[in-house]
Amino acid sequence: MAKYAFFLGCIAPLRYPGIEKSTREVCAALGVELVDLQDASCCPAPGVIRAFSKKTWLAAAARNLALAEKQGLPILTICNGCYGSLFDAAHELAHDEKLLAEVNEVLKEIGMEYKGTTKVYHFAEVLYREVGIEGIKAKITNPLSYQVAAFYGCHFLKPSNIKGVDDPEDPKILDELIEATGAKSMPRKQKMLCCGAGGGLKAAFGDVAKKFTETNLENMKESGAQYIIDVCPFCHLQFDGTQKELGYSIPVLHLSQLYGLAMGMSADDLGLSAHITPVTL
Amino acid sequence: MVTPNPDFAKEIAAAGGEEVKMCFQCGTCTAGCPSGRRTSYRVRKLMRMAQLGMKEEIINSEELWECSTCYTCVERCPRQVPIVDIIIALRNIAVAEGHMYDNHKGTAKNLVKYGHTVPVKDDITALREKLGLPAVPPTVLSNDKAKADLDKILAATGFTKITE
Repeated sequence: MAKYAFFLGCIAPLRYPGIEKSTREVCAALGVELVDLQDASCCPAPGVIRAFSKKTWLAAAARNLALAEKQGLPILTICNGCYGSLFDAAHELAHDEKLLAEVNEVLKEIGMEYKGTTKVYHFAEVLYREVGIEGIKAKITNPLSYQVAAFYGCHFLKPSNIKGVDDPEDPKILDELIEATGAKSMPRKQKMLCCGAGGGLKAAFGDVAKKFTETNLENMKESGAQYIIDVCPFCHLQFDGTQKELGYSIPVLHLSQLYGLAMGMSADDLGLSAHITPVTL
Repeated sequence: MVTPNPDFAKEIAAAGGEEVKMCFQCGTCTAGCPSGRRTSYRVRKLMRMAQLGMKEEIINSEELWECSTCYTCVERCPRQVPIVDIIIALRNIAVAEGHMYDNHKGTAKNLVKYGHTVPVKDDITALREKLGLPAVPPTVLSNDKAKADLDKILAATGFTKITE
């Protein structure tokens, strides 16, 4: 099984460490070897930092990519935002020599160079392609019977012309990954609607962001979902942090935490105390 | 009356949004935009304003910052216009001219201070330890040299300045 440089990002390690812990445990159980991407920074965030300065965004992303290149490993991310930034930056730098040269002028100041070879993958994609649904099922020791809402988020699949993970309008990958645990992914209206947090909306126009979230929550409730399962700590934060105010109480789990549960990790090890919307298993 | 300003097209192109000229105003973007359903933001209109060179109207508008970068418009655009890239280019121009929301400045300052977009919190540090994780994540947060390297990148690319 392949080995990956584990990119932590910001929200998982600094707000929901249970997501980081579950990812480490689950990957170990599934034979996916993770090596910390030491010294990495924020990806940096695609909707805010890139919107402020694309030059900064690309150079800082290239530094992260160069750290992995030095280790000779592809990157594994557990966040759609990190995946969006690092994948997009790697793609641009692999296809534009002039841009790569410009970025290397900046990296020269810190004695680094990026050759343009790092590959970037999302945790969910790695489990699906490398371990496979049958391989995952073989490691489930505590089958689940919940009805859940699969929440894909945006940057896991889009822009699909460069990512190519799954159909961006009608994907199946996360539903299949969820159902490998025995849980049932419930159909619902507007399944691909954004959580609302991205693009700096949460920070600058939180009320607008919450309107997106509220539509999602209403559709999830109507579907009979008992849990929301996401693949992005930022979507996770948006759903977890706004429900009380919006009058909902559907607990939120990252896919790694759902797998942790299904593989027998204790509730304590999932770090659920950091969740704002209470999770009662 | 709007006086077209072709110079702005060059500015947008330099910021990475050259393909705005490909937009033929069909409105598929606006029809599928989740933000447009909830705000006065209209993607098609923003693309047209960019084509016409309505710089001041764009960089002073709230709508420029109401896109959640969900890429629904990009997926559905029949001309494959990279709309999100264009919005990023327009936002870069706005920020360079001093248009930045306080909360966004806060996020940017976090990056400068921590190397991450959110601050370190004591209760989370305690939870990390309880989970058997290193109290400080093995990122720039635990290596001063790595953080200094990031700082140099932020300074060299003009980022530190926009947060002042």
